[in-house]
Amino acid sequence: MSEVAVSTRIRLARNLKQYPFVSRLSKEDRKKVVEEVREALSHSDIRLNFIDMATLTKVQKLSLAERHIISPEFVEAGEGSALLVSDDNTVAVMLNEEDHIRLQVIKEGLALKEAYETASFLDDVLSEHLELAFTERLGYLTQCPTNLGTAMRASVMLHLPALEESGALNRISTNLSKLGLIMRGLYGEGSKSYGAFAQLSNQVSLGISEQAAIENLDNVTKQLISQEIRARDKILSDIAVEDKISRSLGILKSAYVIDHSEAMRLLSNVRLGAAAKKLSTLSTESIDKLIADVQPASILLKYGEQLSPRERDIKRAELLRERLN
Amino acid sequence: MLCQHCNHNEATTHVKTNINGKVTEYMLCADCAKEMGYGNLFSDFHTDFNSLLGSFFSSALPARTGATRCPVCHSSYNDIAETGKVGCAQCYETFFDELMPTIRRVHGNTEHTGKRPKIFDSPKEIKEEKVQQSENKADKLKAELDEAIKTQNFERAAEIRDELKTLEG
Ligand SMILES: [Zn+2]
Ligand SMILES: [Zn+2]
Repeated sequence: MSEVAVSTRIRLARNLKQYPFVSRLSKEDRKKVVEEVREALSHSDIRLNFIDMATLTKVQKLSLAERHIISPEFVEAGEGSALLVSDDNTVAVMLNEEDHIRLQVIKEGLALKEAYETASFLDDVLSEHLELAFTERLGYLTQCPTNLGTAMRASVMLHLPALEESGALNRISTNLSKLGLIMRGLYGEGSKSYGAFAQLSNQVSLGISEQAAIENLDNVTKQLISQEIRARDKILSDIAVEDKISRSLGILKSAYVIDHSEAMRLLSNVRLGAAAKKLSTLSTESIDKLIADVQPASILLKYGEQLSPRERDIKRAELLRERLN
Repeated sequence: MLCQHCNHNEATTHVKTNINGKVTEYMLCADCAKEMGYGNLFSDFHTDFNSLLGSFFSSALPARTGATRCPVCHSSYNDIAETGKVGCAQCYETFFDELMPTIRRVHGNTEHTGKRPKIFDSPKEIKEEKVQQSENKADKLKAELDEAIKTQNFERAAEIRDELKTLEG
């Protein structure tokens, strides 16, 4: 299953009742919000590390976004914003992002219910110790009305190379809105899909319960997975596709300069081969790890933040050669 | 000048990183900037989204003038419509009628179903829980008191006695 569904994420937005929302929050109040939430979450048995966003460099923050630990918007966060994150990065709480609290739980593969359970547990800890902005009519109150109600975004990261190849992905993606779902690229709204990765999430949050939204997303995801698997069976018997996979691996193993989009495209092809067990030494898990490591900021973080784009492409190729040979 | 990454397209994006005081600057074309995570990916989409929302708001803008302000955060409805951001929890009450058309347009529904904070469940239950909690605490303190007396730590024992008194009202 994790061959098609890469990871699952649940994100809950919460705000403290007695403070204005983030865009109208004073410097002093931002600090108070951070401290109050930090204190509240210290009552859970999930150990979270505290990171003041002002202490991170831009590259460090970009790298966190590349690994989906923070949102792309939170890269701009500095003084008065903080991140609470578990050692394994599966639980991350952004403080003073668009809302006072953005709590997310990530699991490998398709695991919506499990991820929601953990998120809901942490939400219970929050509501036991803090007064959250909530009304019976509108649910959890959020700075942006698009998140009202459950204030939950459930998403699944999918790898759909065969559906993309066949051209079916575009058609499917437009039909999804009728089902209350939305499909986006690897890094959320507006980002283009690199290497056939797509993120499927619930679109509305008011008037639909967490359970119903999760069930809907789970059902549609499972249908997409089986469509993708059927499409893979069809294309994998084609020698041209096998050729493409094998050539992609060849380039990744031998290139000296490789930019981000080429690396992503080739890794996506190789991931398809690994899932079909056509590449004996490679697993989809190792490819997923590699995909995270070849992202621009992650390269900079590893090899030096002052690298020029050209030098970065050289280091990326070096890393790929090392890991794949 | 040409993009420093592809050396092909005209550079349009200036990327400046400041890492521990070390400033590095690049000139990139839009494609490369985007691809490398300095373009749309990390900044623009938010504005896109807000302007989308902004248009939601303006088309729903009712007749009421900007005179009314939220008593808590002092936002006017125009402030909210312009930014796409609601000022505070109270705003949802103050501008309920104005916000409703937008909310309906976004969600197709205006009534929450789903989880609620425990405190919103029957107040009786909460009360019982609180009583239960204070009973537990009293039991714990009594045990501590016994221990303090046994070890002849009378200063601590006096403290605990005071705490017990306040707890039992
Ligand atoms: Zn360029
Ligand atoms: Zn307000």
